[in-house]
Amino acid sequence: MSNVYSIFKRDLKGYFSSPIAYVVIGLFLIVTGIFFYLLLSSFLQYSYSYAVMMQRQGQVAVNVNLMMIRPFLLNMSVIVLFVIPMITMRSFSEEKKSGTMELLLTSPLTNWQIILGKFFATYLLYFTMVGVTFLFMVFLLIWGKPAFWPIVMGYLGILLMGAALVALGNFISSLTENQIVAAVGTFGATMLLWVIGFAGDFTGKILGELFKYLSIVNHFEDFSKGVFDTGHFVYYLSLAFLMLFLTYQSIESAKWRG
Amino acid sequence: MIEVNNLVKHYGSVKAVDDISFTVERGEILGFLGPNAAGKTTTMRVITGFLPASAGTVRVAGFEVFEQALEVKKRIGYLPENPPVYFDMRVRDYLKFVATIKGVEPKAINVEVARVAERMSITEVMDNLIGKLSKGYKQRVGFAQALLNNPPVLILDEPTNGLDPRQIIEVREIIRSLGQDHTVILSTHILPEVSMTCSRIAIINEGKLVKIDTPENLTAQIQGSESITLEIEGPVVDVQSALAQATNVTSVSVQPTRRDDVAIYKVESQRGSDIRKALAALIVGKSWGLLGMKSETLSLEDIFLRLTTKEEEVN
Repeated sequence: MSNVYSIFKRDLKGYFSSPIAYVVIGLFLIVTGIFFYLLLSSFLQYSYSYAVMMQRQGQVAVNVNLMMIRPFLLNMSVIVLFVIPMITMRSFSEEKKSGTMELLLTSPLTNWQIILGKFFATYLLYFTMVGVTFLFMVFLLIWGKPAFWPIVMGYLGILLMGAALVALGNFISSLTENQIVAAVGTFGATMLLWVIGFAGDFTGKILGELFKYLSIVNHFEDFSKGVFDTGHFVYYLSLAFLMLFLTYQSIESAKWRG
Repeated sequence: MIEVNNLVKHYGSVKAVDDISFTVERGEILGFLGPNAAGKTTTMRVITGFLPASAGTVRVAGFEVFEQALEVKKRIGYLPENPPVYFDMRVRDYLKFVATIKGVEPKAINVEVARVAERMSITEVMDNLIGKLSKGYKQRVGFAQALLNNPPVLILDEPTNGLDPRQIIEVREIIRSLGQDHTVILSTHILPEVSMTCSRIAIINEGKLVKIDTPENLTAQIQGSESITLEIEGPVVDVQSALAQATNVTSVSVQPTRRDDVAIYKVESQRGSDIRKALAALIVGKSWGLLGMKSETLSLEDIFLRLTTKEEEVN
């Protein structure tokens, strides 16, 4: 366990002592901030005219969760698809390129300690990045009256989806010593996992169901509604474990290939 | 301490290491000598557990490297060909990190890091970023890393790579002193380096172990012949055939000089037969002019070239 922590700590320091963490988090916050602002202003406009109309009839205000938070979370779930490749591209590629992988693999560490240390470091970066956007929700909670639990569910969904995607990014990073290839490969894979759901609409029934099941964003929809479904939970976690397992295989097979 | 038995390693269809066996005892320094791509690095990587063997076994301190990888890794300090350093870390942080993953007790880490830094004389750069260090310092930081937790076995892949002449001497000094209580395997393609630092030399070529012995024995064994250089004034064809027919002479080669009637002859004779007197008598007897005679012993360089060039030329 302490070995996992050593790897985790070193990697995390690496991210935060280089510009990577700041650039990625900054970029993510700018994009999500813009979306938040746009959604908020259109929501305000809408709710104002709605309120004027409804006041005459003596009805309640519009739902913040439905009109504002849910679209925001759905947006965010797509934005992370673009950002995760930047978080994970360095993970293993950098070590392979600089020869430090040789140090890790000849130190008294198990492959799992290395993999988990690296996974948690990249995941914490993701967690921090997503966590900062919770500030937007805090503003809404202070000045509005959104339901709290749907927000928590939404964030839980984003974090679970992130676990699967970060593990995927780590796996692809373990396949190459070139960071750009790792980033592009991960980007391709996350896009594929996204658009495969659209393809589901145009294929036959069985294939369509399968595609929709595989689509990573489809599983997020229920979370964004504030619904917790163990099926989605299981999907994300099993995808994450599968990816970590593949990373293990990739490291082992790299040894055999030399 | 290290036992390698019939080690074979394939990369796809390429045989990088072909049936190598040797043992290294405690306190020995074994030098791997061979041209580039001879299989030195691969052999070392198998011993460290970085690469699995395709066939054969490797045991370090009684542990099988593949089956009991962790036990073996605890006992090996390894300096790869390129120092395995993180460019964005400071030397001190880097050494602390390596000390932790090598299992140094948390309380002892600072002392241990200071010890290896002292040994590799890098104390003055401890707070510098590794990426900004010169090649020589990076190499020494990499070396320092291998010494952390004082492992009984050290595997050093070209340890003097990238160092300036003075640092090379220092590092050789360090290796020699480490050799007293450690088992060391190092690789190099610099010939004087092995003869200076190693107690035994393994010459590796094209994945095969060509020879393994002490530097002295190696020189003695391989000197199957002695070579004498003569400068003689006389008809070249006659002189050459006369020399070739002399007793114990195995081969004669001619090097022309500016004068037509003077040439330099390189005569190889069977080992242990001093034929200088006989040759001198022969030449004087034919009333040719003996202008010079020099007996040569083979340098390690000659031996290396002989062993690693084609088989026919060696015999």
